[in-house]
Amino acid sequence: MTSTATDPHPSDEELTGGELKRRLARALRRQKIRALLLIAPLLLFILLGFIAPIGSMLFRSVENNIVTDIMPNTVAALQTWDVDSTELPPEPVFRAVVQDIQVAAEQRTAMQLARRMNFEVPGFTTLMRQTQRAVRRWDVETDGPFRDQLIEVSSDWGDLHTWRALKAYSSEYTSGYYLAAVDHTMVSGHIEPLPDDRSIHIMLFWRTAWMSALICFMTLLLGYPVAFLLANVKERYANLLLIMVLLPFWTSLLVRTSSWKVLLQEQGVINDFLVWLGLVADDNRLSMINNKFGVIVAMTHILLPFMVLPLYSVMKTVPPSYVRAAKSLGANDWTAFWRVYFPQSIPGIGAGAILVFIIAVGYYITPELVGGPSGMFISNRIAHQWYVSGNWGLVGAPGTILLVAVLVLYWVYDRVVGIDNVKLG
Amino acid sequence: MALPSYASPLQRFWYYAFRVICGLVFFYLMFPILVIIPLSFNAEDFFTFTPAMLSFDPAGYSLKHYVDFFTNPDWQMATMNSLTIAPMATLLSVSLGTLAAIGLSQSHVPFKRVIMAVLISPMIVPLIISAAGMYFFFSAVGLQGTYWGVVLAHAILGIPFVIITVTATLVGFDRSLTRASASMGAGPVRTFMKVQLPLILPGVISGALFAFITSFDEVVVVIFVGSAAQQTLPWQMFIGLREQISPTIPAVATLMVGLSILLLATLEILRRRNERLRG
Repeated sequence: MTSTATDPHPSDEELTGGELKRRLARALRRQKIRALLLIAPLLLFILLGFIAPIGSMLFRSVENNIVTDIMPNTVAALQTWDVDSTELPPEPVFRAVVQDIQVAAEQRTAMQLARRMNFEVPGFTTLMRQTQRAVRRWDVETDGPFRDQLIEVSSDWGDLHTWRALKAYSSEYTSGYYLAAVDHTMVSGHIEPLPDDRSIHIMLFWRTAWMSALICFMTLLLGYPVAFLLANVKERYANLLLIMVLLPFWTSLLVRTSSWKVLLQEQGVINDFLVWLGLVADDNRLSMINNKFGVIVAMTHILLPFMVLPLYSVMKTVPPSYVRAAKSLGANDWTAFWRVYFPQSIPGIGAGAILVFIIAVGYYITPELVGGPSGMFISNRIAHQWYVSGNWGLVGAPGTILLVAVLVLYWVYDRVVGIDNVKLG
Repeated sequence: MALPSYASPLQRFWYYAFRVICGLVFFYLMFPILVIIPLSFNAEDFFTFTPAMLSFDPAGYSLKHYVDFFTNPDWQMATMNSLTIAPMATLLSVSLGTLAAIGLSQSHVPFKRVIMAVLISPMIVPLIISAAGMYFFFSAVGLQGTYWGVVLAHAILGIPFVIITVTATLVGFDRSLTRASASMGAGPVRTFMKVQLPLILPGVISGALFAFITSFDEVVVVIFVGSAAQQTLPWQMFIGLREQISPTIPAVATLMVGLSILLLATLEILRRRNERLRG
């Protein structure tokens, strides 16, 4: 330590209890600071490059300033209008609309607003385009009243529905995207379920959950015997067999997914084999891909190593003498396994199951490539909103729900296994 | 787990049935990876075994898909991109990750649990959420669609693996060795380079392999954060699989299986060395 140079050791009688305590505390503090300095660069990097971006994306799920920014006058004028009213808003509101859209048309922001409202009210883009074209020629001061003129441009301005939607989505922050993420809407000013043909999120969340649970169960069913075998054969064989688990683990996800595509498709290897065996007619080949079956088979294969490895590392520590003791006391093979061995392997089951489930619920690539519309997961819907609709709010809201679910599982995993006990390879 | 000579018929049956079940699971694990290898030598543009291949007719086999891979500019650019992005991302995550792992393994680290949870989180958060988040953020700071943007994003994804493997090696590290080195007059940097690093090197290398394969195999984040100029091998494969299955894919897949065998062998050698050193 550098301090010894500036602060020479006092002789033994000088080192009183208080002095020793202070020195210890200082040494400890220095040690803490050094540890933190070593961690700091990475921690900053992750906080800036990962945690902050995710935070800002989550913020988009409630952010809703487009309507207030582009139609400030309309939003203000609508304040006094009641959403439950059966009358159209009064003339000043119509006047404010003309004012706002004139400005928006000039600044080329009108279509931004149209796109935002179109997520909630299909047809809003058309309404906006027509209105934008008409209001350019009008003078706010002299050409009023605008109520009937606007309704003439588009009958949608005479529809209470349009006004209710505008008012409902005119606040700076909205719960609208979260409502949409659970298949509800407030276009009418009140929260109500979306019509069945537009309800997709709850179904996808539910499908992601039950298919992940099923995949998790399948990996346990297939992984348990393999882990048991690995833990109970001679180490030489165990290392050899372990390679058969580790090679798929190290093989590219896309390679494994493309293999399954090759195997499962209608003109693929498995169907060819079954036709050759005569089990399946040539004109009646099994459709095993672009559906749930394909996703379950492929994902079980891909996630199986994540189940086998934690199971194996727990089973290796179970002393074989316990089972022998049970048998010597008169238990048959099944009782010895079920009452003595199995309970000791439960920590491994817990670790493997949570790990597989966490990975499965967030899966995107495999459902996208072998799932088809009926095997799609919630991640695929989020990606679709990103690159097809550009609806950032509907990327953020279901993303937040998924993230919260995963973080809860992560917390449970930390409690059960401990994150520092994760073993790889 | 040998079968004793006094085993009953039922026990005998179970003994063999269990082995058959395990054999089938191993078959399920290995078959999809192995089947793609012969298919990559298909002379036709089909994705299945042709009659000519099944009768071992040499005319049924060809290297044309490999030729396509090595001459097609799209695949070549993708390979180049993967080979320039992955090593740089690995370098970043290994250097920062090893430092942090050494910091984390000190005895008195405040907020250790929270810090650990934050550093491991890129492995846990669903990729699509990380990708969307990074897309917005990297666009805002002008990194979206750039080489460095993809490198930084991939480095972040690789960090948890480095942290996990290096902290695991540090658990068994004998602290008296660094103290001995310090007492003999070596500074902290020299102690680290001459004493600590050589001992934890197996962990660092396996962390590096994990980080490398994470970047080399990654497709979701690169699609969001990168642009056409950063199209990597997995991205090209993803396109080839999603639109119309490209017949070159089995050839690419075979080459990538070769790469994973290489990585696995390296890891196995490291593990054996480590076991020998620890005794």
